[in-house]
Amino acid sequence: MTNHWVDIKNTDLVLIMGGNAAEAHPCGFKWVTEAKAHRKARLIVVDPRFTRSAAVADYYAPIRAGSDIAFLGGLINYLLSNDKIHHQYVRDYTDMSYLVKDEFTFTDGIFSGYDPDKRKYDKATWGYQMGEDGYVKTDPSLQDPRCVYQLLKAHYARYTPELVERICGTPQDAFLKVAGMIAETAAPDRTMTVMYALGWTQHSQGSQMIRTGAMVQLLLGNIGVAGGGMNALRGHSNIQGLTDLGLLSNLLPGYMTLPGEAEKDFQAYLTKRSPKPLRPGQLSYWQNYPKFFVSTMKAWYGDAATPENNWCYDWLPKLDKTHDILQVFEDMNNGKMNGYFCQGFNPLASAPCKIKLSGALAKLKYLVVIDPLATETSEFWQNHGEFNDVDPTQIQTEVFRLPSSCFAEEDGSLVNSTRWLQWHWKGAEPPGEALNDQEIIAGIFLKLKAMYKKDGGAFPDPVLNLTWKHKQPTHPAPEELAKEFSGRALKDVTDPKDPAKVLVKAGEQLNGFAELRDDGSTACGCWIFAGAWSEKGNLMARRDNADPYGIGQNLNWSYAWPANRRVLYNRASCDADGAPFDPSRKLVGWDAAAGKWTGSDIPDFKADSAPADGMGPFIMNPEGVARFFARDMMAEGPFPEHYEPMESPLANNPMHPDNPLARANPAARVFKGDWESFGSPAEFPYVATTYRLTEHFHTWSKHVRLNAIVQPEQFVEIGEELAAAKGITAGDHVRVRSKRGFIVAVAVVTKRLKTLTIDGRSVHTVGIPIHWGFKGVARNGYITNTLTPFVGDANTQTPEFKAFLVDIEKLPTRLQAKA
Amino acid sequence: MQRDPRDLIRYTPSERLNHWIVGISFILLGLSGLALFHPAFWPFTLLFGGGTWTRIIHPYLGVLMALAYVVMLIRFTRLNLMTATDWQWIRRVREMVDGDDHNMPEQGKYNGGQKILFWLLFWCMLLLILSGIPLWRTWFSFPVEWVRLAAVVHSGSAAVMIGLIMVHVYAAIWTKGTIRAMWYGTVTRAWAKQHHRAWYKEATKEG
Amino acid sequence: MALQSLDIAARSATTTPSPSARQGFEVAKLIDISKCIGCKACQVACMEWNDLRDEVGINHGVYDNPMDLTDQSWTVMRFSEVEPNGHLEWLIRKDGCMHCADPGCLKACPAPGAIVKYGNGIVDFNQEHCIGCGYCITGCPFNIPRIAQKDGKAYKCTLCSDRVAVGLEPACVKTCPTGAITYGAKDDMVQHAAIRVRDLNERGFAQAGLYDPPGVGGTHVMYVLQHADQPGLYANLPQDPQIDPLVSVWKGITKPLAIAAFAAVSLAGLFHYITKGPNEVSKETEKEVE
Repeated sequence: MTNHWVDIKNTDLVLIMGGNAAEAHPCGFKWVTEAKAHRKARLIVVDPRFTRSAAVADYYAPIRAGSDIAFLGGLINYLLSNDKIHHQYVRDYTDMSYLVKDEFTFTDGIFSGYDPDKRKYDKATWGYQMGEDGYVKTDPSLQDPRCVYQLLKAHYARYTPELVERICGTPQDAFLKVAGMIAETAAPDRTMTVMYALGWTQHSQGSQMIRTGAMVQLLLGNIGVAGGGMNALRGHSNIQGLTDLGLLSNLLPGYMTLPGEAEKDFQAYLTKRSPKPLRPGQLSYWQNYPKFFVSTMKAWYGDAATPENNWCYDWLPKLDKTHDILQVFEDMNNGKMNGYFCQGFNPLASAPCKIKLSGALAKLKYLVVIDPLATETSEFWQNHGEFNDVDPTQIQTEVFRLPSSCFAEEDGSLVNSTRWLQWHWKGAEPPGEALNDQEIIAGIFLKLKAMYKKDGGAFPDPVLNLTWKHKQPTHPAPEELAKEFSGRALKDVTDPKDPAKVLVKAGEQLNGFAELRDDGSTACGCWIFAGAWSEKGNLMARRDNADPYGIGQNLNWSYAWPANRRVLYNRASCDADGAPFDPSRKLVGWDAAAGKWTGSDIPDFKADSAPADGMGPFIMNPEGVARFFARDMMAEGPFPEHYEPMESPLANNPMHPDNPLARANPAARVFKGDWESFGSPAEFPYVATTYRLTEHFHTWSKHVRLNAIVQPEQFVEIGEELAAAKGITAGDHVRVRSKRGFIVAVAVVTKRLKTLTIDGRSVHTVGIPIHWGFKGVARNGYITNTLTPFVGDANTQTPEFKAFLVDIEKLPTRLQAKA
Repeated sequence: MQRDPRDLIRYTPSERLNHWIVGISFILLGLSGLALFHPAFWPFTLLFGGGTWTRIIHPYLGVLMALAYVVMLIRFTRLNLMTATDWQWIRRVREMVDGDDHNMPEQGKYNGGQKILFWLLFWCMLLLILSGIPLWRTWFSFPVEWVRLAAVVHSGSAAVMIGLIMVHVYAAIWTKGTIRAMWYGTVTRAWAKQHHRAWYKEATKEG
Repeated sequence: MALQSLDIAARSATTTPSPSARQGFEVAKLIDISKCIGCKACQVACMEWNDLRDEVGINHGVYDNPMDLTDQSWTVMRFSEVEPNGHLEWLIRKDGCMHCADPGCLKACPAPGAIVKYGNGIVDFNQEHCIGCGYCITGCPFNIPRIAQKDGKAYKCTLCSDRVAVGLEPACVKTCPTGAITYGAKDDMVQHAAIRVRDLNERGFAQAGLYDPPGVGGTHVMYVLQHADQPGLYANLPQDPQIDPLVSVWKGITKPLAIAAFAAVSLAGLFHYITKGPNEVSKETEKEVE
């Protein structure tokens, strides 16, 4: 989230799209009801289904699963052509005036530089025109045909309301109603918040959907202001923490990135990640990358990390490619892996295309599952009748199940959607032999270390030298780990302006990332978390809900990264002179007398940089402003374009009917052999989308009696028209098939799924909740991801769970599901 | 007491047994039913082992009474068919109640009043049995509207029937020499001649 | 469970006043259906607080589950897909005991003290006095109480009388994530409802209103309805609930009438006997048969 849960109460309009906050985030959703109750805020829901969020919305508009970019592109066009944009904001805080290289083109759905064989772009042309002064050329008049504004306008002029209706199935009047309500928030004293979740991320063009949403918000001036923002609702209490700590295959902690295999040179690695400002007077905060990096390496390797050995840079793996979940299972399926550690993860149920996953796991020599529950993955080899019909005698994989504690059985911190690091205390001891995850990992690590020490090995250094300064080496304490990621001074840290002034004494905890140094005098496990545990103590454990400004800025509640800042880009809530656009919702403002930025939040800015200095509010970008033109940062292009889902009910992309290359995302990675696993609309005529239900949490809560009572059995949802056509009545058992397999479930027949008219023909949607499996106390069911395609977003490789094709048929008798 | 061999047999042992099964179950049903009907009678639940036992036992007693009553019905219906003489008797009932039976028409085994009572009890019994079924939630589930109607019918007909049985009992007490008919089955010839002359004539013709 | 700390306004099958010296105020739970997202957290909270566990059932082709109230499910969400003005609405109503001011269950109950109404308005079942007759079901205008198979006792929402007695809100209120369920003094809840109704009016629900049906003397569980003119849209919420006339007859006039009749018949018999004497066989007849 750029903003935070409580801040949603400050909004005038909530757009829930690509998410279902009421269903999947009911506790956070309370802030929507607060906004409605106290600000007369309106709630719009745009979704393929009339969801539980829609049940309490002021307006609901239907949309075909996977067509969100067309809808949002239509919004951009509407705002631009009706001049409903926040002019000051767009002019001062975005890249609209930047000039783009002449070589950059967009022809029939494909940007310049495309290689159809590799399905990849050469992004050399996706950049700015640079002046001789080393800065980007701009045209403040926005008249230059190569300026971002003109390119953007031309790009989205094609997204008319008629086109939106044709692609999305959203009736024009509904689209225009939504657009009109959203356009009102272009006023400086009106804001909209966008709440989205996996309904945007889990598409083959998910990242671009989110970007398009962000572009709408930028046009309206809704980023960085109270009650605004792009607010990703994380699907797990600590999934934000997972990405923060760099658990994705290509990341280091704090959104630093692992080097690629070509990056052998340490300085080049740092330079590439420390971009110089692209405009005069800009902060370009990533220039501090070396401080973050060196401090991380000091945290990991301590005294072994020295300037002479480039702080152990050579010990880091150099990536050949990302090793995301799809790549890992592809490799596993190709017999390239011997073993797999599965920690707090149930991939057999949570990754796409069960048949491929199951086959891949069967090719392993060993599988280690660390989990509080007996997951489906840990029993992939066992025959569970119709739900997991495998032959154990044909599977040689040795499975080790290491029972772990669950979150309520350990102390520690969780990072929520709002970037708050909240300390929690254990409520009970873990049962039986279960150990905390860090104890399990410590056990494995210490054993490995001993073996390396004894026997040597190909590359023992990173293991032998890893810092392991725990009072009980086999039981690393959460407090020790928290202090490590927050960071401490190894030597006295002095003020750069006054070397005599010691900011932090050697051995003390750091106050924040501003104190990090690239000379090895600081150690910090995750720079964005720096200061969470300072000499003042564990700030994550704070529970003071005082709200001195009355807009939900509870700065003494837990600790928000970065720097306890609650709203990112909050400098953008003020005009160029530093005065808030809306004084009634002031986050920060320039205090000329004090010579610094002050307010209800920690300024996301150089605190003493006067407005006259002209520094832009988006300090992490070398531009200093927000980007409509994403340069070379996205896989499929600088401007989001609508592409069909990989499995679409349409033969062509209505935007580019004559270009098969532009049917689906041209940069989406498809493994060899997987093309054949995609179904055609002739065989599988219905759009399927998968989702979560309030009553359950992923595949965990089916192990809980209470959850099983309130939602006991697997079902699928279909509209009344499709039900009538197929002779299905509510409560019947149906078989839902995709090219990759089938599931059997109870049919819920509903008015809430409407037949859409897409490109002149009727398209039905089948809704499929994900929660069931063959373990637990709920009625056993099929794994929903039996059906889903093995393809992901071109940037993140997040699987396309939200739009694919199925067929559905009624079963003659109601099967007796086993409890 | 030494019974006179000339006494007339009014009820066979099996008839008496039948009557008393119905009678006793009715008394128990009345007591348990009243306990559930009005708080004033709640203490009657103590006779049955408490409120819950009262609730449990009552319908089973009802079944017992219903079965026994059906047998009784088969035995006695023919004897209770109304005749012209009975209606004549009914018209003079005021004299009878006044204690002056000289002018009452000659009666068979049952007089008109008894027969009327028989039929009133029959209707009450029918209503009680039918309305008791929906109220028995242990075994039956009926729409609540039916249950509500049944509750009114059950309590109403029960109240009427209790009243009628009080009349029945009083009549037996009032008419001396009657109760023994149900104790050990016989009545004196004098009793028969006075109260049921037609029956007396018939009974003594053969005897 | 009855808590002696509470004063008792009415007690089943009891004809004399119950202890009511303490002066309290009426409480109420207000369920704002326009804020309800149907998450069923209230169902779970109810089961957790009261240590209830219903069966793991099956899906019946709808979102409702369990499908109906049971002795283990004292509250359930009822989902209704309706199109009152041509626009689809998904109305989700939390069903459970309404805690009527004039409770039909209490009126119908034959067991003294098995059902009590506290001064604060909560209608509570004392299962240790319950005889399991089911009259409460017969008396209830909202079809709420359920008899348990296991012990033959009637169960329903207690409005968490145990929590309320020590100053806590009911468990469902505590857990409701959107504030759709609120709790407090009934007067305050009525006022809060008025604010909510104005908000709904402003959002285009001209017929929004408070459901506090006068036919049962008002309730201590109330709803804010978007369509207060059509409560039937909300899974057949009764338009004008009241204790059924048949129940009123059964538990009203029948009782004194019957007792009067018994008394009358008894006294008539007595007076008849002592005025007219027994009907004995006359001496003449006795002589005749000798």
